[in-house]
Order: sequence, then structure tokens, then C-alpha cells
Amino acid sequence: MTQIHVTTTVNGDEVEFLADPRETLLDCLRDKLGMTGAKEGCGTGDCGACSVTVDGRLVCSCLVLGVEAEGKKIETVEGMAEGEKLHPLQRKFIEHAALQCGICTPGILVAAKALLAQNPDPTEEEARYWLAGNLCRCTGYDKIIRAVLDAAAEMREGV
Amino acid sequence: MRYHTPATFEDASAIAVAASGVTRFLAGGTDVLVQMRADIVTPDDLIDIKHIPGVKDIVQEDDMCWSIGAAVAGAELTAHEGLCADWPGVIEGMGLVGSTQVQGRATLIGNLCNGSPAADSVPALAAAGAEVSVVGPKGTRQVKVADIPAGPGRTTLAKGEVISGIYLPPRGKGGGDAYLRFIPRTEMDIAVVGCAVNLRVEGDKITEACVVLGAVAPTIVVVEDAAKALIGSTLDAKALDALAAAASAACRPINDKRGTIAFRTDVAGVLARRAAKIAYDRARGAK
Repeated sequence: MTQIHVTTTVNGDEVEFLADPRETLLDCLRDKLGMTGAKEGCGTGDCGACSVTVDGRLVCSCLVLGVEAEGKKIETVEGMAEGEKLHPLQRKFIEHAALQCGICTPGILVAAKALLAQNPDPTEEEARYWLAGNLCRCTGYDKIIRAVLDAAAEMREGV
Repeated sequence: MRYHTPATFEDASAIAVAASGVTRFLAGGTDVLVQMRADIVTPDDLIDIKHIPGVKDIVQEDDMCWSIGAAVAGAELTAHEGLCADWPGVIEGMGLVGSTQVQGRATLIGNLCNGSPAADSVPALAAAGAEVSVVGPKGTRQVKVADIPAGPGRTTLAKGEVISGIYLPPRGKGGGDAYLRFIPRTEMDIAVVGCAVNLRVEGDKITEACVVLGAVAPTIVVVEDAAKALIGSTLDAKALDALAAAASAACRPINDKRGTIAFRTDVAGVLARRAAKIAYDRARGAK
């Protein structure tokens, strides 16, 4: 099977990989670039555990082919913290105990960051609808929503 | 699997015509990749149309018609103020498809070509009188959206034909549309019944109407008797009763655990009433 050479940008760094055209962006991130933050939950776009942004748009990386990433800008959970300094959303998830097993957490963090980028002051309802494509089987969602709204409040104050 | 990135729709069509095995066109991929993953469809040739110039454009032409590229995602439609003002029913139909993540990729034409009778964007597109450009080996033809679905998972497109763009007519004065669906939860589900209403008023009187049902037959259903019930009326109780009866009478649904035949038939009438009221209010200027 012919491999295709792909050049793309992940979290600001230019990266290259060879991809079989059947491989998803999720496979390429995890298996070729060693970025295992995005998780495969369902593989069919239902659970959101593989959420990343492509050119700023939130997508399921299991529903994007690796070869489609050519020339794009990809952002993953690995790009959220600045060195040892956690993103406010990451800190608030720990403070509010908004995770248990953690499989859904990277996708929810990426999705929540995308929400706050376009709506810094979401209502609880807006946050719940935005995150409806991110399934969590542990928390019951309440702590996740509290953490997102608390992080939003802190980010608005510019702490 | 060979992955192609043609620069024109003519080239995309030519690749499909020349292919001997299974071909799929790739835009948003939210259906194609799921089918590949589940081994339902294993393309020998996958033709990505997103490198073709213009596929991400939303343009209002000089005659006020809206031209929407084949790879414009749901989230890009929802964010477009002019389109939302002219065709809110079409946009709310597309906006109901999947999650935020799916909206980042899924397209109107993908929703149409996937061939699901429950596709949420298709009833409102058909009610609006939308057309698509079909590029194929014999040239380009304009086809009404309502003429594309042929049954569950099937379309009227011939081998090698690909849809290059979708066109919504000029909204004009006194127009309004709406789409409603029933699902047993609040989000992230597939329509058990869908109903789109598009109409035009002069004063309080309805002068034009089109009513289209989804998920109650092997394809969408354009209900002419429902339109007749609305035209000439001021959406009074008698017109609404006739509308609901016509909508229910047009249903030929499947019977399954998500909705029995009796339930789907009844709900089609309920949704037709509600969608007609929303479209009527929008047509008279309430947004």
C-alpha cells in the first residue's frame, strides 16, 4: 500500500509522517507522532474522546484521515499547558474532581477550550449542548460542567 | 485504497468513471469514515473534493440566490448571518445533525448523498426548492434536491456523477421556513419524524407553501395536499387541521422501537402544525 507523505503543524510545531490513506488522523497522532492524549473511544464520531481542532475547528480526529491533515494546523490536549503551567481548564478539572478514569478528559478539555474561545461566558445550557458530543461514563457530567464554567469565570477575570 | 485530490469536479468525475471498484467522494467524511471503519464500505478509490477551488465558499449571487460549496461544514453555515436570516429552517435542520465535532465537518451535500430518509437537512432544502449541480461524464445538470433521494442509502446519481454545489433560491419578500424533528432525547439522535415548512405570505394570507416530511417513508415526502391546506389561508384552525391530516395521511413509516407506525403518523401532523406556525411567524417578520 502506497504511503503518502504528510506535512502538518501540531501544537505549533511542524511535523511530518507517512500515512496509509486509510489511517485516521487519530491513528497518525498516536502511532506515528507519539501523541497519545487523544483517545479512541468509539472510532465512529459518537464519543468525542479523540477531539482535536483542525484550523481552529473542533472535530473528532477518528473522522479525519491522516492525509487530510496536509498543510493544516492541528491543536491537541498536549498543547494546552505551557510547560509545567496548566491551562485554567486543566487546573479547574483537578480542583472540581471533574474526572475519574480520565479517558474522556483530553477530548473534553479540547472541546471546552474551543467553546471558551468563541464564547467566553457560556450559560450552563450552552456548555452542556456544546459538550453533548463528549461522552463520560464516570462523572455524571455535573462536575465537568462546573469546572468548565468556573474556568470560564477565571479566564474572563484574566487571572 | 487510492486517495485522490482532484483540482476540478470534472477530474473528480473522471476518476470515478474510470474506476473499476468501489468509489466514494470525500467531503466532511462523517458518514464515509464511519462506513469504512465498520467495513460496510471499503473504497478502492477515495476522491477528496476539498482541494477543488470554491468548495468552502458561501456566496450570495447577484440575483440573491445563495450558492453553497460542497465542503461547507454545518458550523460554517450556522455562523453565516445572511444565510441564517434568509433560510433559518434550512440552517436549523443542518444544525441538528450530530455533535459540535460532527458540525465541524459534516456538509449539506453529504447529508443528502448519504441517502438517509431521516437526514435532518434534506426536508428543509427540498421545501426551499433548493437545487444542486451534478457534474458527470455527460456534463453538468441542475437537479432539484427533492429528486436526489431514491431510497434508504440510495440516490438517483449515476456512476461518476458528483454534486459540486447547492443553490438556495432568492428568499424574496414575505418568506419564512422552519424545520422540526422528534427524537426521544434532547440532542445527538436521529429523527423519528422530521417536518419542514416553507411558505410565503402577502399580509396575513399564505400565497405559497411547501411541506416536506422526513423519516416517515423510504425517502423524504413532499406533501402537496398539506401545501394546498395552507395556501389561501391565514393559518386558522381549519387550515391547521387540514394540514395535520394531510401530513399524517402521507406517512408510510417503518415500525420500530424508536417509533411505531401509529406514533410516527400522528407526530407528523403535530410537527407540521408547529413548523407551519414558526414559518408563518417568520414570514410575517417575527424572527
